[in-house]
Amino acid sequence: MNIVVCVKQTPDTAATVTVEDGKVSWGDAPLVLNPWDEYAVEEALRLKEAHGGKVTAISMGPEDAREALKQSLAMGCDEAILLSDAVFAGLDTLGASKVLAAAIQHIGDVDLVFFGRSSVDSDTGITGSQVARRLGWPALSLVAKISAIDPDSRRIEVERMLEEGRQRVAGPLPAVLSVVKEINEPRYPSFMGIRKAARAEIPVWSAAEIGLTEELKAAVEWPEIFAPPKVETECEFIEGESADEIAQKLADRLMEEKVI
Amino acid sequence: MTKRILAYIDHFQGQAVPASWEAVGAARTVADALGGEVVAVVVGQGVRELAEQAIQAGADRALLAEDAALSDFRPEAYAAPVAKAAAEAEALLLPTTGRTRELAAMVGVDLETGVIPDVVALKVEGETLLATRPIYAGKLLSKVRVPERRPQILTLRSRAFPKQEMDAGRSGEIEPLEVDLGEVPTEVLGYAEAEAGVSLSDAAVIVSGGRGVSSNPKLTPPAEIADEKEQEIWRAQQGFKLIGELAEVLGAAVGASRAAVDAGYIPYAHQVGQTGKVVSPDLYIACGISGAIQHLAGMRTSKTIVAINKDPEAPIFKLARFGVVGDLYDVVPPLMAALKERLGK
Repeated sequence: MNIVVCVKQTPDTAATVTVEDGKVSWGDAPLVLNPWDEYAVEEALRLKEAHGGKVTAISMGPEDAREALKQSLAMGCDEAILLSDAVFAGLDTLGASKVLAAAIQHIGDVDLVFFGRSSVDSDTGITGSQVARRLGWPALSLVAKISAIDPDSRRIEVERMLEEGRQRVAGPLPAVLSVVKEINEPRYPSFMGIRKAARAEIPVWSAAEIGLTEELKAAVEWPEIFAPPKVETECEFIEGESADEIAQKLADRLMEEKVI
Repeated sequence: MTKRILAYIDHFQGQAVPASWEAVGAARTVADALGGEVVAVVVGQGVRELAEQAIQAGADRALLAEDAALSDFRPEAYAAPVAKAAAEAEALLLPTTGRTRELAAMVGVDLETGVIPDVVALKVEGETLLATRPIYAGKLLSKVRVPERRPQILTLRSRAFPKQEMDAGRSGEIEPLEVDLGEVPTEVLGYAEAEAGVSLSDAAVIVSGGRGVSSNPKLTPPAEIADEKEQEIWRAQQGFKLIGELAEVLGAAVGASRAAVDAGYIPYAHQVGQTGKVVSPDLYIACGISGAIQHLAGMRTSKTIVAINKDPEAPIFKLARFGVVGDLYDVVPPLMAALKERLGK
């Protein structure tokens, strides 16, 4: 099977993010593979291990955005490609989906495309469905389990995580999947994997390379990024001689504040 | 032409998601500011009642797409009628759910326009909607707009916009929305029920547990559990039972920190935080949660936060309105009794 995983580089979730001069800053926190994408890479690797084939990680970003790709290679992806071009800068999901879809078509003969459910920076969670729509392939999003996949009959069956429960859906290949945490437990990169990734040459594909000639422009703009207003809470500590006294006082305060 | 603001009514098997009515309300506010009309969009099979309800919630009229092929939600099938309805609209507002993210995404591609998911605040600036949405799981906020293209597609976070009062006296036209669905590639085979209980995103009250729920030395695990890790999980599960009971008293949903989920105390579906659910209830009671930055990011917009923790230095107290420094096992049982008494339960 020819599998593509779309990954993104994001600041570590333990980072303290702030706004400096209208731009997001995460200090010297490390840049990592978007945590949700680890599940996507893992699932792609498992399918390859079961059915053979190749896993290619692709990422759109600036020239130096190679950390997510290196981590994907270290986990076991066969190849990594960075999609980078001045015209990709500042694109929204509508534009990014155009770039990713063009790259997937340029790779050619792809059976499955994986996404993590969303990225922990912009939190939109819509790029996978947009890529599917552009390719005209079924979108199977929020997948918690691949119940069956048959590369010969070109059919996949999955369980999707809806708010109300799991939905079992079947569809043809090729397809675009986004995965949730329940799907697997991502592996740690092996020592050999890390060495291989450190030495790997990561090719860079430009807009021209993937055949994108039209003008790319974001439909969405972000006029302002700001820190949420500081919550002015002075914690009122409830104290008492006994747990029971504390409980009574707390219950009274909650009633007085009309929060229950 | 009158400016059209669409409100999409999301539902699961004919049962509307409550935030759908919040979307109708927000569409009403926008339409009134722009001098336009609110048109509800309902897609499914046997869902005419939802169109009627949407009008009662504030829509001027409704478009109804019904077809046997629409009896289960499939994004490809649903996107076709919604894109058709939205093609001439100023804006399309949807409640945020897993389904509507897909739907908004696809309609955005079909109409080559901007999509703004998970909006928490909205105002009209000239002819354009200026939305606010959290990024980095709410560590920051971003103002977002679609300056030129139309429609502007926004999904609105549950509970971020006012609840709508239904007015049974309102009436409006329900018009059929006909569209060729073509060949839909996927097939829904069935459903596995979700765990019973209140959904985290809709909950007005959430009671959450963290790593601290496992540390009750008074509990003795049954003899057949010999493994130390399993004993810890057993203790934690007793703790979550207690948290579940408190939640029941308050009609609340049960949440958990990532530490508790990673330790295997409770399924991931309960996780609140940057890699779990982002919630915003009226009351959030954190039991044995120290308040890692990822957790705080997922619950900081709760209206009132109560923290119960043994460590007076725990970061959770910095966000809390009320704090109790103590063991949750000592505090929760009498708190439950005290609340029961006051709520007449």
